[in-house]
Amino acid sequence: MSRLIFEERKDQFFETGGDKPFRISCDKQSLAGAVSQRACVFCGSRVVLYPIADALHLIHGPIGCASYTWDIRGALSSGPELHRYSFSTDLGETDVIFGGEGKLTRALDELIPRHHPKAAFVYSTCIVGLIGDDLQAVCNKASERHGIPVIPVMSEGFKGNKRAGYYAACNAMFQLVGTGDTRDIPPMSVNLLGDFNLAGEIWIIREYLERMGITVVANVTGDGRVADLRRAHGAALNLVQCSGSTMELAKMMQETYGTPFLRVSYLGADDMAQALYDVADFFKSQSAMEKAQELVREELAKIYPRLKELRKDLEGKRAALYVGGAFKAFSLIKAFRLLGMKVMLAGSQTGTQEDYEELAAICEPGTVIVDDANPLELMTYLIEKDVDVFVGGVKERPIAYKLGIGFCDHNHERKLALEGFVGMLNFAEEIHATAMSPVWRFTPRRALPELEEAAA
Amino acid sequence: MKSNLAEKRDYVSSTNACKACMSLGACIAFKGIEGCVPFLHGSQGCATYMRRYLISHFREPVDIASSSLGENDAVFGGGPNLKQGLVNMINKYQAKAVGIATTCLTETIGDNVPAIVREFLKEAKVEGADGKMPALIQASTPSYAATHMEGFHAAVKATVAQLAKPVARHGGVNILPGFVSPADIRYLLEVAKDFGLSATLLPDYSRPLDAPASTSYEILPSGGTPLADIKKMGGAAATLSFGWTPDSQGAGRDLQERCGVCLHSLGLPIGLRRSDAMFEALETVSKRPVPARHADERGRLLDAMVDGHKYLSGQRAVVYGEQDMVIGLASFLAEVGVQPVLCVSGGRSAGFRENIEKVTEGLVREPVMAEAGVDFYRIAELSRELKPDFMVGNSKGYVVARELDIPLVRVGFPIHDRFGGPRLHHLGYRGAQELYDRVVNALIEKKQNDSSVGYGYI
Ligand code: SF4
Ligand code: SF4
Repeated sequence: MSRLIFEERKDQFFETGGDKPFRISCDKQSLAGAVSQRACVFCGSRVVLYPIADALHLIHGPIGCASYTWDIRGALSSGPELHRYSFSTDLGETDVIFGGEGKLTRALDELIPRHHPKAAFVYSTCIVGLIGDDLQAVCNKASERHGIPVIPVMSEGFKGNKRAGYYAACNAMFQLVGTGDTRDIPPMSVNLLGDFNLAGEIWIIREYLERMGITVVANVTGDGRVADLRRAHGAALNLVQCSGSTMELAKMMQETYGTPFLRVSYLGADDMAQALYDVADFFKSQSAMEKAQELVREELAKIYPRLKELRKDLEGKRAALYVGGAFKAFSLIKAFRLLGMKVMLAGSQTGTQEDYEELAAICEPGTVIVDDANPLELMTYLIEKDVDVFVGGVKERPIAYKLGIGFCDHNHERKLALEGFVGMLNFAEEIHATAMSPVWRFTPRRALPELEEAAA
Repeated sequence: MKSNLAEKRDYVSSTNACKACMSLGACIAFKGIEGCVPFLHGSQGCATYMRRYLISHFREPVDIASSSLGENDAVFGGGPNLKQGLVNMINKYQAKAVGIATTCLTETIGDNVPAIVREFLKEAKVEGADGKMPALIQASTPSYAATHMEGFHAAVKATVAQLAKPVARHGGVNILPGFVSPADIRYLLEVAKDFGLSATLLPDYSRPLDAPASTSYEILPSGGTPLADIKKMGGAAATLSFGWTPDSQGAGRDLQERCGVCLHSLGLPIGLRRSDAMFEALETVSKRPVPARHADERGRLLDAMVDGHKYLSGQRAVVYGEQDMVIGLASFLAEVGVQPVLCVSGGRSAGFRENIEKVTEGLVREPVMAEAGVDFYRIAELSRELKPDFMVGNSKGYVVARELDIPLVRVGFPIHDRFGGPRLHHLGYRGAQELYDRVVNALIEKKQNDSSVGYGYI
């Protein structure tokens, strides 16, 4: 089969194990005419801010941008659920011609008294960027009228990619940080950045930290609250997961408030344990370290027997992963290793040059590394590398299934907790459930050789 | 009783929309044309969102290309990106057709797509299937103007207007079903065949969006209305066009005006009476009586309607979704003894209320409340007051059904919290039968679950 790679995108691929030096080109605008899996600036902002459950999230634009993001994520809240609504100014033709400021003002005046949010985020979309509404001015006035922060998120879709959206979201959150009372925060305290509480994951991590005697000040943003964000600068340390989305906030907080940060990952047993040890190390606390070690021992003992069973079946199977951020890819590669599986393809939508270098370094020779892949390219490699399981988002699922390949949803829509030790086990179960299903034997691509054998 | 309710509360903002955008509808329609790749002229994000949205319902790969405009293109115009994108996409996909839909972005910056396409055809050296330039179809779909439903019809109308020319009469029949399920499309083709008719059904995404398992991921899924057939639609003996909204009749009217094809505007054939109307039209066009097996299906439907009538008698339903779908469902529910207490849609096409009134006339005890241009905030607010026994609509109404603790019978699009949405039947006697069974079962299940007795027979 000929390789279906767009000529212009050749430098967005790399195969490890050759003698070429590592080079991959990322952060390009998606190629016109390709079916990119990439999302827009607005999507990036929405993903980061969405789980703040007591804020009003108002999407200023025509209806589509709001329609497509209504309750699509599994970000859970332990209290208010304002984030699960899809609010839009639903701009019409006249608004586009005469400007949408009036409608935005009236929408805020309607929604804030109705829902009593602790803050409001107003997302700018492509159209707003074009018609030139002065979001800041409208928000300032609304803020005065209603006595809550009303914060514009400059997320016009066409002004960059998802990463620009992360940046806009961090900027918006940073306006809240530093406005709350931090007096009662104990010294061993952290903020959790870059965890979105999908399927309740942040609760797992918080519980681990609490067992080590560490207080969590703000969840950024899974099960997030405005009041917590306001006092986030009182925490001694920022733990940053999924570096892409909230790293900017960590940097801003370091610069302004001197809060140091650590990069962590809660995916897979290796990285989860490492994260806890790193935190104990940071606080130079003997007791926290001992508790962490005990915790890891206990939790591993709970999952280990079952993991061993699953591994028996999975040993030697081949995996591919295509996820949002590159950092997640590292953890998944290790998690697959723990299951005895080989990763044949690793890609992300928004990795940086360093990310990809690191990725290439931990992968085995022959692994394909891609940036911003499209369905054609993914298909080519999935077949070429004869993959058994593909890890990706909902958009990738049908590609895998059509090819007769198992699939695990590792994106923001999943309903299964994959973080922490219990998450490692869930992940293994999920991979097992898909890889070991008998259906693949009957799907046309896999069935062919068997049929041929039978015929011979 | 509903004095202050009926007074329309015109909210400024939208909360939980009961609609999607025009370009999405256009993409669905374009997926139903042989060898056609939908191409969104706008920023990348819209295409990605729409693909995700469609995949959650169809569980099929849905490739939508985009011209991926960036900041500079938004300032200087998207023409160069559109042209380059077309070259890239056509070469890679070997497309036979490209369905170009605009987005809010390109409509607002005022890109003149027809002009850009004309230039492109003059300059471009591209090779689609068989080394030929694919058919380039363009639809204008600014989402701030209307909903996915109007976008769907705009794409169908554009396809007909741009590809179908007046040709010699050939005695075939055109079917323009509107936005129905892949199962419905297969059913309609089967019915037409049973009448001995050679039918061109546009758009036919029954295979592209509901494909059998295959040996590889088809870059360009097979199926879809053949381009050659679309070009001959002007020579058909008649067009059957479903739907009540003005937009749903656009393509049919165009064929009538330009090519003299006799138009049968039918409304969506949901329920007994509307299906009868469709079969009558088919009898007229084919000059044959209703084939025995369809007559039997009608008979069985009637038999079921009698057997089950007490389960439904006096039950109150809220119906929401695209306007034509809602009107059709209201017609069906009214004839099986259900009182549709509220019929609503996110769309604002003309004639919604009047049509609801017409199709339920003489069958319902109270006037049916009908509102267009609503969102789920409004639907929830009205439903709390009206206290329905169940709801009928897509997955989006689940929030309301859950709050009211009543069954939701899922129909239409999108269905992303149940399995098999594309395989649901809505149309004809078969569709009515399936709907009927599902509605009755939903109510029985509710009764069974709520009862402490644990009835084994209901
Ligand atoms: S409403 Fe307009 S801008 Fe938003 S997703 Fe739809 S086409 Fe794109
Ligand atoms: S690209 Fe623009 S219009 Fe499209 S979804 Fe993103 S913000 Fe909305």
